Amino acid sequence: MSDTDDMGCERALTRLLEFIDRELPDGEHDSVERHLRTCRSCFSRMEFESRLKQRLSALSAEDAPSKSRDRIRDLIKGF
Amino acid sequence: MRTGAEVTISKEAFETQVLGILGPLHGVARRLTRNETDAEDLVAESVTRAWRARGSLADTGAFRGWMFRILTNTFISERRKALVRPREELLVDECGEEEGAFSIFERLHQPFLLWFSNPEQEFLDKLLREDLDRALAALPEHYRVVIVLADVEGLKYGEIAETLDVPVGTVRSRLARARSALQRMLWTVARDHGLQPSRAAGTHR
Repeated sequence: MSDTDDMGCERALTRLLEFIDRELPDGEHDSVERHLRTCRSCFSRMEFESRLKQRLSALSAEDAPSKSRDRIRDLIKGF
Repeated sequence: MRTGAEVTISKEAFETQVLGILGPLHGVARRLTRNETDAEDLVAESVTRAWRARGSLADTGAFRGWMFRILTNTFISERRKALVRPREELLVDECGEEEGAFSIFERLHQPFLLWFSNPEQEFLDKLLREDLDRALAALPEHYRVVIVLADVEGLKYGEIAETLDVPVGTVRSRLARARSALQRMLWTVARDHGLQPSRAAGTHR
């Protein structure tokens, strides 16, 4: 794989969120990755957007209230 | 209804699987409904629908995604029924409502201070869970749903498209707008808390 950056900041930034989501086709993913290796500003932006996404995904790690847990247990018993 | 040799999930296995993801399920339900009681009802209704539809679960390893899809679909169909609350359009298509892209990073990033400080990371460090929750809750429903599915739940675009019954391209564009709207909302939340750094690079309002 060559390390040449064939993607400018503008193109890289429009693809950044899909890059982070790993939703780009392989070739484009690699191009963005190459660009990020050479561009500090885009790299910082990628770090920021990834961390924000991580903060959001951390929201899902929580316990259901025990009231809801009991209700669901009872509900399933009745199936 | 399927016929033939498929083995459907047993009640015990179903219960174990549901209870194993009840926390995240409840969290998503609460973020979708923005209300504790509605969230509990939504989870209960979804579990009932899931049990009825258990024949459509091809592989118990896919339980989590399958259950989340049912939860989201239940929410959407219940919301469509409850048109008593008409102001919020659930799955409107993208037209109008253009506010332009908004990026916290662009507001805060200071390239020349790179080695000494990092205002955009500090911004994230100071954000509390409740700030994120408040910003999410303030989003229009069609934006909140995609963010919850993509970022909180981590579904792939294809799964979101299937869940919402829209093309993948719509998921991409809606998600881009939703994230921009979320950042705008977070920025407002941060301002209300006095969290925005005073020497932000672009403090234009």
